[in-house]
Amino acid sequence: MVSNTGWMRNREGMGVWEHRGKVALVGWGQSHMDRRWDGVALDRSCGGLTKEACLKAIADAGLSLDDIDGLITSPETRAEQTWAPRPYFDPPYDTEDGLTKTSAEWIQRELGLKNVKYFNSDAPYIGPMMGLAAQAVGDGLCETALVWYPMVNLEGRYGHNNPQNNNQEAPGASAFTLPWGYQNGAMFNNLVVFQQYCQKYGKSHDGLAPLCLNLRRNGLMTPWGYYALYEPYQLTREDYLNGRVIEEPLVIYDCDRPVNTCAAFIFTTAERAKDLRQKPVYVLNHAQNNGTGRSTMATLEEHQEAVASLARKMWEGSGLGPDDVDIFNPYDGYLTFTQQFLEGFQWHGVKWGEAHDFYAEDIRVEGPHPFLSSGGNNGTGRNRAVLFSDSIEQLRGTAGPRQVTVRAETALAGCNTPDSCGFLMMSKHPS
Amino acid sequence: MSTIPGLERPAPVPNELTQPFWDACNERRLVLQNCTSCERLHYPPTQRCNRCGSGDNLQWQEVEGKGHIDVYMVIRDSRIRGFRSAQPINFAVITLDEDPGINFLSNLPGTPPGEVPVGAPVELIFEETSNGQLVHEWQVVA
Ligand SMILES: [Zn+2]
Repeated sequence: MVSNTGWMRNREGMGVWEHRGKVALVGWGQSHMDRRWDGVALDRSCGGLTKEACLKAIADAGLSLDDIDGLITSPETRAEQTWAPRPYFDPPYDTEDGLTKTSAEWIQRELGLKNVKYFNSDAPYIGPMMGLAAQAVGDGLCETALVWYPMVNLEGRYGHNNPQNNNQEAPGASAFTLPWGYQNGAMFNNLVVFQQYCQKYGKSHDGLAPLCLNLRRNGLMTPWGYYALYEPYQLTREDYLNGRVIEEPLVIYDCDRPVNTCAAFIFTTAERAKDLRQKPVYVLNHAQNNGTGRSTMATLEEHQEAVASLARKMWEGSGLGPDDVDIFNPYDGYLTFTQQFLEGFQWHGVKWGEAHDFYAEDIRVEGPHPFLSSGGNNGTGRNRAVLFSDSIEQLRGTAGPRQVTVRAETALAGCNTPDSCGFLMMSKHPS
Repeated sequence: MSTIPGLERPAPVPNELTQPFWDACNERRLVLQNCTSCERLHYPPTQRCNRCGSGDNLQWQEVEGKGHIDVYMVIRDSRIRGFRSAQPINFAVITLDEDPGINFLSNLPGTPPGEVPVGAPVELIFEETSNGQLVHEWQVVA
């Protein structure tokens, strides 16, 4: 866990972000994506894929290795499967570093980076990490930060090897959840909230089908994504409705598929960004939620208030409002919580309880409401970085078949869940 | 054991903060922390009042044990070993009548899986876990 949250913009009343428009995203690199690491091919290990993504991001920005003076990454790679005894390999794959995570020191060594003065291997997951990186560059901790987010998926059925789930005892806070079958992670609580949502607004699970189908469609236009690579066909509504039940009413198609991959981004100052290869994507603000509900289960009301607060923080810090956001890529790891972001940010005027009606309209990228133009994680595999990389591509105008036909000058992206997340506001223009 | 066939609940491990709570459960009493300065109940147990932020005024207080079913789902493919032998099994959220902002989990012993009367009143019972520690449970009022 990350204890230092002093850099966060997680309170209302903080005013316009002091580095608004003075930090820019200038590079992006996406590694190859596999369903799992086979435990053999080292260029497809966490470290191998991280190297690939980082080198691509540096090249994309038109920078050299010597330009990088900040390294930021997260240890939260979701490599939760037990896999012992580990077959360690020759250096540099002789410890966990490079296999289940890739630290700043590991990458510095492997890429031969000579000018790094800021190391952070302890950032949170990618949503807040993107804000942390923007803040670090704005604060001058480094000028040009290389930021990467590996997602690791090893052999074994997801979650079933988590030691807590095989324990006959429930220690600590789990004593108030595990004895009733509550499983760690975002699924249960968000499913409870989804049920509350359906009860309150008279909606049902099939209202998510158009979103799921459109995410797959967008994902198939994302050439490096899981489905484009390995299952290149469109889902039907019948497929979705008859999907294998994970927890009623959640079906397999509501869940983003764990994958093994890495994405990297380059942040630098607006000044430095001027003469680089890519059109800069300026950061106008970052904002985070790191609250928890009052009692055992967070409720719909608590999640709605959390997202409403996140939106107020984002508007306050960026100077923008709901009508100003062109591209919107909120997390879709479980499709059951995505509507909270859509409604809380009131994107395209969507109000509480209206998301499913909105999904039933034209949300295709070529249409008037290109929601989650990235294809999300549902459409590309759970890499989470696609929310940001699509935003960059849309603002650059390089999204290819996914390029939206509406205006694309600003983008809002972030993850993970309504009560715990980090979002970034990006723009083609520094103000 | 649980009255739900096949269910082996993981046993709560008390710590300094939660020992009074679990001791009370073994006496078949449900006690929550009340911040006497805010008159606000807290559950699960906490070091600090989530309104005033102070830990000085938290006192254990027995509550009545009446609630309502807010929402539920059915666990069919649990990752938790003790539940895999009891599937399908209800998983419900119960709000406390004395303060509906407080909620509890329940498997609703006595209610067939999937046949949960949302909104119905429930009452407090206690069930045994794998090491004999009692935990609070809820059943639909007959
Ligand atoms: Zn208080």
